[in-house]
Parts: sequence; C-alpha cells; structure tokens
Amino acid sequence: MADEMKVDMELDLKGLLCPLPMVRVSQNITNVPVGGILKAVATDPGSLADIPSWARSTGHEIVKQEQEGTDFIFYIKRLK
Amino acid sequence: MSGDLKKKVSMVVFSGDMDKLFAAFIIATTAAAQGNDVVMFFTFWGLRALKKKVPTGQSLFGRMLGMMYGGDINRATPSKMSFGGVGRWMFKKMMNARNVESLPNLRQLAIDLGVHMYGCQMSMDVMEIPREKMIDEVEGCVGAGFFVEQASNSDFTLFI
Repeated sequence: MADEMKVDMELDLKGLLCPLPMVRVSQNITNVPVGGILKAVATDPGSLADIPSWARSTGHEIVKQEQEGTDFIFYIKRLK
Repeated sequence: MSGDLKKKVSMVVFSGDMDKLFAAFIIATTAAAQGNDVVMFFTFWGLRALKKKVPTGQSLFGRMLGMMYGGDINRATPSKMSFGGVGRWMFKKMMNARNVESLPNLRQLAIDLGVHMYGCQMSMDVMEIPREKMIDEVEGCVGAGFFVEQASNSDFTLFI
C-alpha cells in the first residue's frame, strides 16, 4: 500500500475481551514516542467503541481504523 | 483534554458476589486506563475481594463467619445460580472459554494500573478480618468519612 504509515509499535490484542484491549493500549501508548503511531489489532467487537472512547478521554488520536476479516485494526497517534 | 486536573472515580464495593466483583474491577481498570484516579472502598461482603486465603475470626461467631464465608477472591460465588459452588465452577468455565480475565488477574491489573484500594475498618472489626489477613496492596483501613471526602472530589461514584 502506497500510503502505508510508519508504525512505531504493533500490539496484538487478538482474543482479548473487555476491558483488556483498551487497557493494553493504554499501557503501551507510552512505548511509542510523542507523535508516533501505535498499531493495535483486536478481535473483540467491543473494542470498536472502547478504544475510540479511551482515545477521546485521554487525548490521543485514532488516525486510521480498518477491518480485515475478523480483525479490527487501529492506528493510534500518541499526542502527549 | 488538558490533563492538568486528573479525573477521579470512587467506588463502594459492598458485594462479595463474583459477578458484581467482575463489574467492579472491570470498571475500575477501565477508568484507570482512561486516565482517572480510582479509589475503591471495600466494605462488608466486599472485603472478600481483599482477603487472603486464611482462616479468620477470634470469637465463636467470628470463626463461624470465617468458616461459612471463608476463602479469598477465588471463592466468590455468583449472585444468581450459585447452586452451592456449581454456578461458580460453570461461570469460570464459560469465562475461560471466552478468554475473559479471572477475578484475581483483574484485581492484579487494577493494582498495576494504580487503583487505590481501601478496606472499611468498621466491617473489618465486626467480621474479625484484621489487616494482616488482607493482601499487602491494601492502602489503608479507613472509615466512611474518608470515602465521602474522596467521593465528593470525584467525577462519578458507584455503589456495587
């Protein structure tokens, strides 16, 4: 893909259920530099609501979100 | 979000039921992960969530209580369909099959995320569960006054 963005860290959240996908994202966001991208791959449909909520309340940004089969893929930009 | 003023959540955990403890720890870990300062105040049956797996009680009634309602967080039974422990076994199996975290793991996660846990001193006295029979991570044994102060400074408060 031509517009592939630079990913600083990839997080495998497959098989995890609420609240773990969101919690793991919150624990790992500091492992990427400010302005960096954390890619998270989850299979829990609940994470579709939870991870954006986490981003809104903590002040980070989901710059891209896509679905591949049963995988929900979030590209999360660390803003602070 | 400015992040200057930390949001805060406080919870009274009154129930020692397995299902309600799940709700309490899931909300606590979620709130902590979303950047909240989280305070959990465990009282009465909820003290089970902080207890070690040791016998409790000194007086006759205290020891009876310790025997009839003994054990640690793993012994919590669901509020419905308990069937003398069969319900707990069934729910553990069903949750395991779905890869849901166990209660002790969720409690550990809450500790790792910096959730503050307090025991209610008065129920500890009544139920004869001293501090040394609870997990080391308990930050203190406090009264309602402490909780009300925390709750007054919180963005939301739950009673579970």
